[in-house]
Amino acid sequence: MNNLEKYDKVFKEVLEVSEDQLKGLKYQDIEAWDSVGHMGLISALEDAFDIMMDTDDIIDLSSYEKGMEILAKDDYGVEF
Amino acid sequence: MGKIWDLKVHKRKKALIDEFGNWMTYDVLDHEACVLAHKIGHRCLVFALCRNEMGSVLGYTSFINNGIVPVMVNSHLDEVLLENLLKTYSPQFLWVPKDQKQQFSGMTTEHEAYGYVLLKTGYGTTYPLYEELGLLITTSGSTGSPKLVRQSYANVLDNARSIAEYLKLDDKERPITTLPMNYVYGLSIINSHFLVGATLLLTDKTLMQKEFWSFFKEAEASSFGGVPYTYEMLDKLRFYRMKLPSLRTMTQAGGKITPDLHEKFASYAAEQGRNFVVMYGAAEATSRMGYLPPEKAVEKKGSMGIPIPGGKFTLIDADGQEITDPLTTGELVYEGKNVTLGYAKRGEDLIKGDERNGRLETGDMAQFDADGFYYIVGRKKRFLKIYGNRVNLDEIDRLIKVEFGIEVASTGVDDHMYIFVTDEKVAGAVRDFVISKTKLNPVSFKVLVIDEIPKNDSGKTLYKELTKYYAE
Repeated sequence: MNNLEKYDKVFKEVLEVSEDQLKGLKYQDIEAWDSVGHMGLISALEDAFDIMMDTDDIIDLSSYEKGMEILAKDDYGVEF
Repeated sequence: MGKIWDLKVHKRKKALIDEFGNWMTYDVLDHEACVLAHKIGHRCLVFALCRNEMGSVLGYTSFINNGIVPVMVNSHLDEVLLENLLKTYSPQFLWVPKDQKQQFSGMTTEHEAYGYVLLKTGYGTTYPLYEELGLLITTSGSTGSPKLVRQSYANVLDNARSIAEYLKLDDKERPITTLPMNYVYGLSIINSHFLVGATLLLTDKTLMQKEFWSFFKEAEASSFGGVPYTYEMLDKLRFYRMKLPSLRTMTQAGGKITPDLHEKFASYAAEQGRNFVVMYGAAEATSRMGYLPPEKAVEKKGSMGIPIPGGKFTLIDADGQEITDPLTTGELVYEGKNVTLGYAKRGEDLIKGDERNGRLETGDMAQFDADGFYYIVGRKKRFLKIYGNRVNLDEIDRLIKVEFGIEVASTGVDDHMYIFVTDEKVAGAVRDFVISKTKLNPVSFKVLVIDEIPKNDSGKTLYKELTKYYAE
């Protein structure tokens, strides 16, 4: 599984969305992505990529795309 | 009935500031509240669809301060559940966010202010209201039960005074909203702070959003409240490292915080010269019943503290006798002026008077230590607290049984509910149904399929036997 597939899998599993819902998906767009869902999402991403996210990044991860941008930073070095 | 707050004395002091940079002084709040009350014109029932926005607080202030009785519900409440509540209680008016107006076609707009509109329902039935009835609040569960807690003006005022006293609130306080205002804990923050002329910082953003923290810092929030799950989120955010110079007090209620988190936040507060105040309460006692004085937060880890000023705790054993020995478990009974009038289950109940006479059997099992500090050790009835909301497990079972006609047993621990069914084919549908009815986040519960729901000879479900499926 490449990183993008891994990333998508986390979103799909935690937020219970389908492939076609991922693009453009934002925090609070769907009921599952509330603050509780966000915690689950962050934990799952940290597990999947074996990273520890910073506070600023956790609260900045407000969309599917933004998440990729954050994980791609040098701090985490996830290549998509 | 008198007014709860004398808003005018605080004059040009800011009562409300929102995340968009708008603000309202106490003068203006008082004036706008009077205008709105005037439009309604008489004591009657109003449904207030709450958000942490100016219009919402204005509505609540106007109603409670002018003898109009609000039913406080979340603006995101499921439409079907809301419809049921409206049918049950037949209010004369609704106070709703303007962007939800289309949900109520056929009703006429009587007034508009701060993003909210007053709608006249036109319902034929009007239920008489008991003269001391101040407001109605849903029992924190979100299962759509029509059961409301009846709170009197005296209840609200007494509890607000007590809270202001033990938290030593003054007009320099700037609490930021982290809880919905249709939830008694959130509402108690408004009630107690308006009493002292403090400034409320309003936002519907969550702790998981950058905008929340920007607003927190810019507006110099001095305190916030949180349910156990809030503190789990803060822990996850590594809150201890955040620079929040304006923060003075953190309160915790809405369920028992884990001893581990209690210790972390108590130590953090002690090191930083801040207050961490664990509290205990229920909608049936208006809001607060107990608090752990912040200077004892580290020493008395796991305790919810002592009774609030004006309140009294006793423990009652299975025979109804008072327990006098420390570290002995009994049902916690609270006495105080904030013990509410009782419940309403239908419109005809709104005329009912005080059914509790200042005494509440909490349904919580507790102990006290040699110093008189109380510890909650369990519950008498079957319910869980999920993210601070009470979820009645029997109610969940009932809802599922009615909808699907299947065998079901719900159980679990706080923040994690497990729903057992025997038919694999319906498991997914049960899950979706529970999400839609309760608005619980799917991560907070699981639907598990087992061969058979364990029962005893008389057909009673053996919930204890189910623990083996989820105990760690």
